[in-house]
Formats: sequence, C-alpha cells, structure tokens
Amino acid sequence: MSKVSDALFDPVFKNNPIALQILGICSALAVTSKMETTVIMCVALTLVVGLSGFFVSLIRNFIPSSIRIIVQMTIIASLVIIADQILKAFVYDISKQLSVFVGLIITNCIVMGRAEGYAMKNGPILSLLDGIGNGLGYSAVLLVVGAVRELSGSGKFFNLSVFPLVSDGGWYTGNGLMSMAPSAFFLIGLFIWILRTIHPDQVEEE
Amino acid sequence: MQVNSWHGTIVVAFLLCLVCSLIVSFTADTLKEERKANVELDVKRNLLLSAGLITGKKASPDEIEEKFKNVEIKVVDLDTGQPVPSSQLSNPSTFDARKAAKDPARNIQIPADLDLGKNKQRAKWATVYLIKENNQVEALVLPVNGYGLWSTLYGFLTLDTNTKTVKGLGFYSHAETPGLGGEVDNPKWKAQWNGKVVFDEDYQPNIRVEKSGNVKGENSVDALSGATITSRGVENLLHYWLGDHGYGPFLAQFRKGEI
Repeated sequence: MSKVSDALFDPVFKNNPIALQILGICSALAVTSKMETTVIMCVALTLVVGLSGFFVSLIRNFIPSSIRIIVQMTIIASLVIIADQILKAFVYDISKQLSVFVGLIITNCIVMGRAEGYAMKNGPILSLLDGIGNGLGYSAVLLVVGAVRELSGSGKFFNLSVFPLVSDGGWYTGNGLMSMAPSAFFLIGLFIWILRTIHPDQVEEE
Repeated sequence: MQVNSWHGTIVVAFLLCLVCSLIVSFTADTLKEERKANVELDVKRNLLLSAGLITGKKASPDEIEEKFKNVEIKVVDLDTGQPVPSSQLSNPSTFDARKAAKDPARNIQIPADLDLGKNKQRAKWATVYLIKENNQVEALVLPVNGYGLWSTLYGFLTLDTNTKTVKGLGFYSHAETPGLGGEVDNPKWKAQWNGKVVFDEDYQPNIRVEKSGNVKGENSVDALSGATITSRGVENLLHYWLGDHGYGPFLAQFRKGEI
C-alpha cells in the first residue's frame, strides 16, 4: 500500500520533477501566463505521463533494448497527438492559445524520464500512478506560477477580474513582466527555494 | 523468438508502429467533423469581429451563425474583378482560397517584384464577403495574408462601401512573437485602424505603418513597438492585396456599381 501512495504522492513534494529534478521547465515558462491554459496543459501532460508509463510498462518485457527509446517515443508521440486532437475538437480556443506547446509534450523531459527511469522497471499500475504523480508534481508548480502570473500580470484569475485594471477603469496596473515568460523563471526559483527550505535534504551537496 | 534478436527487433518495431498508427488515425478520423466545425466557426467569428458586427470573443455559436446570415459570400476572379460564374463554381461558400493557393491548377505564381506580402503564390480566385443590412451592402470584407517575421499572417480587412475607409482589420492566424509581433491581436492596436484611408485619390494603395512620432493624417498608422518587421509585413501585405495584382480590379468594379 505504501508503495502505491509513494508512487503517487512522492513526486508532488518530495521528488518534484520541476523543483528537484529541474525537468520540463520549457513548457512551464510558456503556458503559465493564464490559469485557463495552465490547467489544460497540466491535465494533458498528467494524462500523457500516466498513460505512457502504463503502456510502456505493459510491453516492457517485449521491448528490444536497442530500440527502447524509439519505442517509448512512439508511444508518447501517439498519446500526445491524441491529446492534441481531443483539445482541438472540444476546447478549440484554448488549444489555439497553447499552439505548439501541446505537441511539445513529446519532448518534455518528464515524460521521457519517467518512461525510461520508472516504467521500464515497474508494473503497469505502479507506472500509471507514478506518471500521474509526476504530472501532479508538474501541475502543482505550474498552477502556483500560473496563479501568481495571471493575478499580478493582468489582475485576473481564470479570466475573471480580481483587481480591476486601470484600462478598464479600476486601480490596478498590470505588471507587464509577469505576463512575459522570464517571470516564470523567477517564480520557479522562489518555489524551489521555499521547497528546499522545508526539505533541506533536497539541497545538492557542495 | 528472442526479443533482442535482429528478427525480434523488426517484428516489435513493425507491430508497435502498426498499432500506434491505427489508434492515432482512428482518433483523428473520429474527431474530424468537430475540428472542422471549430475551424469554420473560428473563421466566421474573426470575420465578424473584423467587421465590427460582434465584439469580444464570447459570442455564442448561435449568435455567430445568426449574424452570418447578413453576409453574402462572393467568389471573384482577381484578374478581372468579376464574380466567378456559377457554371464554374456552384456554391461559393465551399471555395477555400488557402487550399486553392497551393493547387497548381488553381493558383498563379506572384511575380517577385510584385510580391510584397511574400506569399509566392495566390489562388486565381478569392472569396469576398459583402455585409448587408436590409439588402444594402454596408461593408466589404477582404481576406488578406502575408509574411511577418516568423509566419504568414491570415486576416480580414473590412472596408466601407467607398472602398477606401477601413472599418476593421484583424488577423486570425499567425505565429508572431507573443508580446511583440503577437500584439497585432491587441484590440487597442486594431482599433486605431478604424477610419483610416488605404488609398490615395487615384486609388493607388497608400497606407503607412509608422513610428509613433510620424503618424500623421488618415493614411498612417502607429507601428507595433518592438515589432518592426511584423508591422512592415502588415503594411506590405495590405499594399499587395489592395494593388492591381490583388483586389484592385475587383474594387474598381465595385466602385462602378457592377458587383
């Protein structure tokens, strides 16, 4: 039982893919300017990591070691295309804003890392949970970053006005820097700092 | 059979590719209609937004379809400016200029010295939209496209019935840098186009996208800051499409009252 919950919850805080392993930063910068896109991206990535872990693990004993990376890539790529098609069919507006970044889940290091590092050695159910756990870890960071960026950048939360903007007759002037990608770097940096203050064992040795 | 043998590797690779491609093509095919409907609705929404018939992105699909009833679709031959006769095209709404531009039977190469929009080729025909109210044409919507910094911008230019005054300009598809060239989508930037005049007295294209200090009169528009090449791209593509190689002949016909 503890193995199951470890697989699911360890990656959220103890072994967070973004904060500890510093993986998957690229999309974390690009999609976090608004909560709406952030949430959709998190759901898509979590499903892709979970399911790719599941399928890779399911056929792990039949994967020839010489082509194992390509096999994992094929499975991941297929799942990403399916996710992209579903987004285009049902949430077209958001999928337009996410543009290439859904497709770029294929190159997200977290997905590949979990397939190669975990799913190749563990059973399908555990791999599924591990994938979802890592997806949740990624989501936890992205949601925090997205919330801060949307609130401070445009005074909104899920497109609903929280701080009325000066341009709409309110009092808040949006912080332009927060709408741009670099701000995500600063926020992720702060997030890592806080996390490592709480869990000092995550600090790398000098 | 040994999985790691040469034989096994080929078999596994083949089976995996087969299964994955089947699943992907099945999903793509099942969702084809939904995706197509979304894209069509999006083009209509952008057309209506550019024409000022709806405001904001939140218009419902029903509202869009309802408004779109006031839009008459015409396909014109760009060389002559005349509508394409129904013997050659029975249903104008099925004509897809973006597809036709890539079809050697239905496109023409744009001579390099005229190719301001860097499109290289365009369809022989083009769709124009007449916005009507009580059977009176109120505005013309012309699809335009051209190259910016990274990508081709696709959009709509809405002109008053005098064919000179802009009623709206908007781009629905591009991949310019978010925050810089991507600001072509900024409502404030788009709003300053309204009321600008794109032709001089002789109906030669005359519209300039200028640095803010140089914006004077009705023929110039403030450029996007930090996006010189995208701004110039917009200027150039308008010059191409309003010129003799673009909608020039059609607009001339329209002014004569023959459309």
